Amino acid sequence: MKLRGKVHKYGANVDTDAIIPARYLNVSDPAQLARHCMEDIDKRFAEMVRPGDFIVADSNFGCGSSREHAPLAIKAAGVSGVIARSFARIFYRNAINIGLPILECDEAVVGTESGDVLEVELAIGEIRNLTKNKVFKAKPYPDFMLELISAGGLIEHTRRRLKTGG
Amino acid sequence: MKLAEKILAAHAGKGKVAPGDLVSVRVDLVLANDITAPIAIKEFERIGVRKVFDPKKVVMVPDHFVPNKDIASAEQAKMMREFALKQGLIYFEVGQMGIEHVLLPEEGLVLPGDVVIGADSHTCTYGAVGAFATGMGSTDIASAMACGEIWMKIPPTIKFVYHGKLPRWVGGKDLILYTIGDIGVDGALYAAMEFVGDSIAALSMDGRFTMANMAIEAGGKAGIFRVDDRTLEYVNLRAKRPYRVYEPDEEAEYSRTIEYDVSRLEPQVAFPHLPSNTKAISQVGNIEIDQVVIGSCTNGRLEDLQVASQILKGRRVHPRLRCIVIPGSQRVYLEAMREGLIETFINAGVAVSTPTCGPCLGGYMGVLAAGERCLATTNRNFVGRMGSPQSEVYLANPAVAAASAILGRIASPEEVVN
Repeated sequence: MKLRGKVHKYGANVDTDAIIPARYLNVSDPAQLARHCMEDIDKRFAEMVRPGDFIVADSNFGCGSSREHAPLAIKAAGVSGVIARSFARIFYRNAINIGLPILECDEAVVGTESGDVLEVELAIGEIRNLTKNKVFKAKPYPDFMLELISAGGLIEHTRRRLKTGG
Repeated sequence: MKLAEKILAAHAGKGKVAPGDLVSVRVDLVLANDITAPIAIKEFERIGVRKVFDPKKVVMVPDHFVPNKDIASAEQAKMMREFALKQGLIYFEVGQMGIEHVLLPEEGLVLPGDVVIGADSHTCTYGAVGAFATGMGSTDIASAMACGEIWMKIPPTIKFVYHGKLPRWVGGKDLILYTIGDIGVDGALYAAMEFVGDSIAALSMDGRFTMANMAIEAGGKAGIFRVDDRTLEYVNLRAKRPYRVYEPDEEAEYSRTIEYDVSRLEPQVAFPHLPSNTKAISQVGNIEIDQVVIGSCTNGRLEDLQVASQILKGRRVHPRLRCIVIPGSQRVYLEAMREGLIETFINAGVAVSTPTCGPCLGGYMGVLAAGERCLATTNRNFVGRMGSPQSEVYLANPAVAAASAILGRIASPEEVVN
């Protein structure tokens, strides 16, 4: 699957309160959450983001709360994937579980600016910066993650497991 | 094997595990709250099973936005309540509830050797009783509610050794803030943090809960303590089922060992907008504040209120400042009342609230306006955490919070009490 879109770039330690402030957590509808995505650190994000766009950030993206509302808001905003140096562990699990592609790649973070256009091929972990004409290779997913992703997420994986009694 | 590995190996049915291994572990308790349960319930229903794996091992606690702060949160609380009652889960209604991480240990629901997962990042609090406890998202919780197991990667363990007798007014909050200040907000990313040393042996259970609670603020998967006499005294008063104590192997090799001499540690204050932005209280300077919050899953326990009350007794909150005290559970509230702490607070001009996470995450009961500053005993000071993105949150222990409430600026308890 090829993903293509513009980059919205942020720094290190983008926390879940920045991704979706808790004051909006009295609902869990992804579309409603998406309207406030990144609001406290980038007021214009929800207005500027286009389907297919990428969030690129430094280390420890998604630190803080366990709220699944964070990757849900990002996904519902139309973002096709998040690329960072590293992810906070709960955010990492949540993103995989809900089917938001996330990639770890130091070089892509360094070699990318806001507004650049990226093309990402998930199956081979290749990130192409079309604006700067550079190609980066993301850290591959562990096998188990690939199994989860190819099963269509954790819920589908669990459903199959319970069905087979395994 | 280290303590975390011992517990996880036993729950995975394996003789030995090592960091990096992927295992499926049996869970002793699964937790969700009024914010995370609605998504977990929707996902659970998608799996297509009718009943949770064991209703006595699933707990739901309305605590974030209850008593309901608005219609939307009332709908979420209602959805959780209906599911919990229909499934026969362990459920605590308003009037019996507390902040989940204060409540569960108090009720004897989390015990040494347990594996606990919760759809709340501060689930790591239960490491204080020697459990392996970690936060996850709603979908993971939905899956665990269905099958009673969850996949985990065995984390590496970092050993933190604390030496020395803690000075007056210095407690678990200062140890953990100092540690996060040292290693950074991703200093323990994906790792288990094991806390040991003579300072830890002397630390109260409430102090240990505070430390384990903030392991997540260093990116940790768990914060864990070895079980000692103090732990046993605490859990034996509360446990309603058998439990097992695990010990790390003496020859276990840690991924890192970090040692601190804390005999001269000062109270710590984390400046906006990261918990790692710490300074010793003597280095803070003159910072006027508009609000003080004493409470939360980090510092809403009886000892926290006792410390705050010692400082507030016979004194008054600064006239242009709001001070809000939130006991972490009904039991803490009742005990604080019996000990006269609530009277001390009210006489000092403090607003005392029913248990709730409320202001810690900018929900209600103390939300900040633009330009306002709050000193809180809570756990996060991210941009907009307690309200306006133009507000500021400083984190500290309950003694600093009480002293600051009196002086109207961030202050050392020594400035108020001799």
